[in-house]
Amino acid sequence: MLYIKCPYCGLRAQKEFSYGGDATVKRPNINEEVSSKDWDNFVYMRKSPRGKHVELWQHIAGCRQWIKVQRDTATHEIFQTAKVTEEIR
Amino acid sequence: MSQPFRLNKEGLINRNKKISFTFNGKKLFGYEGDTIASALIANGIHLVGRSFKYHRPRGFFGAGAEEPNAKLQVEFNGHSEPNVNATEMELVEGLSATSQNCWPSVNFDIGAINNFLKMFFPAGFYYKTFMWPKSFWYKIYEPFIRKAAGLGVASLEKDKERYEHKFEYCDLLVTGSGPSGLASAYAAAKNGAKVILAEDKPRFGGTLLSDDVSIDNLSGKDWAEKIVSELKSMPNVTVKNRSQVFGYYDHNMLVMFERVSDHLEKKSKFTPRQRLWYIRAKETILSTGSIERPIVFGNNDTPGIFLSAAAKEYMKVYGVLVGKKPLIFTNNDSAYETALDFKKNNVEPIILDTREEHSSELIDEAKSKGIDIRFSHGVIVANGYKKVKSAKIGKLTKDKNSFEKMETIECDCICVSGFWTPSVHLASQSGNKLKYEEKIDAFIPDKKKQQETSVGASNGSFTLEESLKHGFENGSNLSAKITETKTEISIPNVNEKKYGAHDKFWCMPLPKNENPKRFVDFQNDVSVSDIEIALREGYRSIEHVKRYTTLGMATDQGRTSNLNGLQLVSNIENKIVPEVGHTTFRPPFTPITIGTIVGREVGMEYMPTRKTPMHKWHKKNNAVFVDAGAWKRPRYYKQGNETLFEASKREAKNVRENVGICDVTTLGKIDIKGPDAAEFLNRVYTNAWMKLPVGKARYGLMLREDGIVMDDGTTTRISENHYHMTTTTAQAGNVLSHLEYYLQIVWPELNVNVVSTTEQWAGAAIAGPKSRDMLSKLYPDLDVSNDALPFMGYKEADFFGVQSRIFRISFSGELAFEINVKSDHGIFMWEKMMEIGKEFGNQPYGTEALSTLRIEMGHVAGPELDGRTIPLDVSLNGLVSKKKDFIGKNSLGREAFNIESRQKIVGLIPIDRKSSIPEGSHIVQDQNAKLPIPKLGHVSSSCWSVENNNPFSLAIMKDGKNMIGKKFFAVSPLKNKSIEVEVISSHYVDPEGKRVRS
Ligand SMILES: [Zn+2]
Repeated sequence: MLYIKCPYCGLRAQKEFSYGGDATVKRPNINEEVSSKDWDNFVYMRKSPRGKHVELWQHIAGCRQWIKVQRDTATHEIFQTAKVTEEIR
Repeated sequence: MSQPFRLNKEGLINRNKKISFTFNGKKLFGYEGDTIASALIANGIHLVGRSFKYHRPRGFFGAGAEEPNAKLQVEFNGHSEPNVNATEMELVEGLSATSQNCWPSVNFDIGAINNFLKMFFPAGFYYKTFMWPKSFWYKIYEPFIRKAAGLGVASLEKDKERYEHKFEYCDLLVTGSGPSGLASAYAAAKNGAKVILAEDKPRFGGTLLSDDVSIDNLSGKDWAEKIVSELKSMPNVTVKNRSQVFGYYDHNMLVMFERVSDHLEKKSKFTPRQRLWYIRAKETILSTGSIERPIVFGNNDTPGIFLSAAAKEYMKVYGVLVGKKPLIFTNNDSAYETALDFKKNNVEPIILDTREEHSSELIDEAKSKGIDIRFSHGVIVANGYKKVKSAKIGKLTKDKNSFEKMETIECDCICVSGFWTPSVHLASQSGNKLKYEEKIDAFIPDKKKQQETSVGASNGSFTLEESLKHGFENGSNLSAKITETKTEISIPNVNEKKYGAHDKFWCMPLPKNENPKRFVDFQNDVSVSDIEIALREGYRSIEHVKRYTTLGMATDQGRTSNLNGLQLVSNIENKIVPEVGHTTFRPPFTPITIGTIVGREVGMEYMPTRKTPMHKWHKKNNAVFVDAGAWKRPRYYKQGNETLFEASKREAKNVRENVGICDVTTLGKIDIKGPDAAEFLNRVYTNAWMKLPVGKARYGLMLREDGIVMDDGTTTRISENHYHMTTTTAQAGNVLSHLEYYLQIVWPELNVNVVSTTEQWAGAAIAGPKSRDMLSKLYPDLDVSNDALPFMGYKEADFFGVQSRIFRISFSGELAFEINVKSDHGIFMWEKMMEIGKEFGNQPYGTEALSTLRIEMGHVAGPELDGRTIPLDVSLNGLVSKKKDFIGKNSLGREAFNIESRQKIVGLIPIDRKSSIPEGSHIVQDQNAKLPIPKLGHVSSSCWSVENNNPFSLAIMKDGKNMIGKKFFAVSPLKNKSIEVEVISSHYVDPEGKRVRS
């Protein structure tokens, strides 16, 4: 079970979180024209990297904030966590 | 009642307390502190089971978790458990143990014929023998294997015991209380660290209990006792025996299995049987010790053959002799200690040492005591079927491939030692890639991936001095980093015997024309020739050899067989062991009970139960409940001998004719507040929300980004910047997360807050043609006319002194209202409604009637919004705005969503107007067509229409809108039904929606 540092609450067990997928995906702006290719990329296309991956988790049984987690998909090592408004380098 | 193999003094058992038990029906006794194994050996019993494949007689081999053979069916405390390790299970009064894997008895086993037909059971015999014909598998092969290979019987009774889970955090977890573990725990505790010390066995001390050593002038056992009692007195230390750390998981989480009460004669009702600990440790010390490995020789599985250290442990800890005419067969010095202990107890051992004549401290001591030592010797084959009677031994030639001479000598046990294998299971589980240590012919931990440090024998240090030193140093350094305190501890003086070098020898050759079985893996019956066959047949990877031969795949995880198996492969392949590699270690280290994994999460505690404030009333009024997510909802209220069908029909009919009330507390409720709330709703829902006035509700549809319908519900504008959203019961959690996602990540610029208020409000729906009359009695001072409170209207009003909200919304399709009060007043509201509703013929109705009402109206719910439908499919495309953007809008343009013949919701009625159509039925044109019959759609919801008094179903059907009036078959192979149906509109009752507006 992973041990995830919520930027608001501190280190908490994975049980308290739910997974939210790739954090680098950006939704096309509302009310703006978007090509179907860009839209399809946004809805369906995801990288599945082996190694570092910045992803979203929600602290669902805690503060309910969505957060960013940089995790190694092969080893589960967590390098960094951040608020969604913050950058992960 | 004498115990022929019990020593008079030796041992740590309590001789003042006799414990009686039975083995295969025979009454026996042992002492408090015995294991089943030690008590049986004391009674001279060695034959305990039959082997897995060949049904060969098997006895005890080890004295702890390494035991491959002695797995028993054990009954105690009113339950029966299979595969109990006799070397670990402590004796309790009244326990009854029986051999498994034998029929009709362990002494006469029919399956033993396999032993004489062993050419039929070579490596890979499952793959080869049971391959064809395919039809034989279920009827012949599987029953045969099951009967022949049954490993104990699982109980069919419900487990009445209590199991618990515990979550714990510590600075340092120490796994094993041998010398290095005790030293680590002690040093860390002195530094003020929060320490957990876990010991698998009932007694602390590990090898200190049986080794002839002294520490600071105390015996090993006394020193261990002293350290443990000091640790126990410290508030920052948790000391646990009977507790095995069996798994090392991510981010330094380790899982420990504590046997709390199986050894107790009496316990309180609330004492758990076993406890699972989830321990998050900042640092872990792995002091799991090492396991002796055997030397392979002919018939080495005969009962009476032991690991030499196990024989010593039986003497020193249990006061039991494994035999009175022992042969000690070794390639190293440690077995000499066993020989010396035999000698001390007036038993004359003979030592066979594969090494050439040489001298060392222990060899010299054995010589001086007059022990018969034969160098360059080994056991070729053990004789005796159910117990060792003699052994053919041989003097090895210089190259150790053949014999100079052979002879047969009498013996009643053989104690074998092929040197030591560090227990690296936990280190390997943590991600540590192991490295091969030439010096000890075994793997030890290499670079760490997590916060783990192996010390002592599990790290390949086999001397006491080194183990203590590593323990103290690592315990101190690791904890000092956490506590920033360092207490100096002087390392104690140690007195131990020095061992000479071991012989890199692991398997006895066979003389010409002799071919006894030489077993590598006892538990799975894998012999040297099986591994040879696997390699001859082309299996190269050790992982493949493992699976083909089943080497190391049994519950003992090859603790005594892995290294010898690797040696054999490396010899044949002409590779060195590290090139062959090792197989993967996986948790659990030893088998644990399913009960412990489940813990308290059984029955009612399987998941949290949510009850509405009116739950007690429902119960009192014969509600039959149904699970809706975590909620308990009344399915129907049973009157007399009514069936579900009868009751739900009565309740639904009463709604159509009079008035009914339904507990709708479980609907998800979300408060949405902020100046941008309208804009937010406008983006979340497919329809327009900017112009909804205060005091009005609107039905809304939300999509996922891929255009699939996510949920529906009504949202009411309570005040200028305050909305009250409702969701379906099932989707409440998902919808909240969905809204939070968009507010926190996608549109943080919107000034909106959302919070779940599901549990703040108790809700009741009043539905039926008389609902307005009833409402006017509930609110005598309020104008509830169609003009004052129109369809989709909203009012706040006083309900007999309680603040309440009235929504004019309807799920049943009837004239209906929903009333919410604060949860605390829910039961007050409900009872008031029941009382006042009497004169209107009010009856409560459950989810079954609710479904009936919505289905015949053609209102969609979960079964239609199943994650595969778009608005058009469920005829809700009228709610999709063409003018504005919203979540999922761009996806609705996809080609597949716009083809003419796309699926669409329809209604179905059976041609005979009688046969109910099972939900999930497939719709086909011709039920006798050639397979596979083209599927045209499926039945999503079914009910008995109370309005038309015949069955009615909703279905999602290909090209649905053009199918109206046509006839098909609804086929349910599950229910074995095929019903001819006619397609009609999905709105079976009141298609114009007049009633809700009346
Ligand atoms: Zn949090």
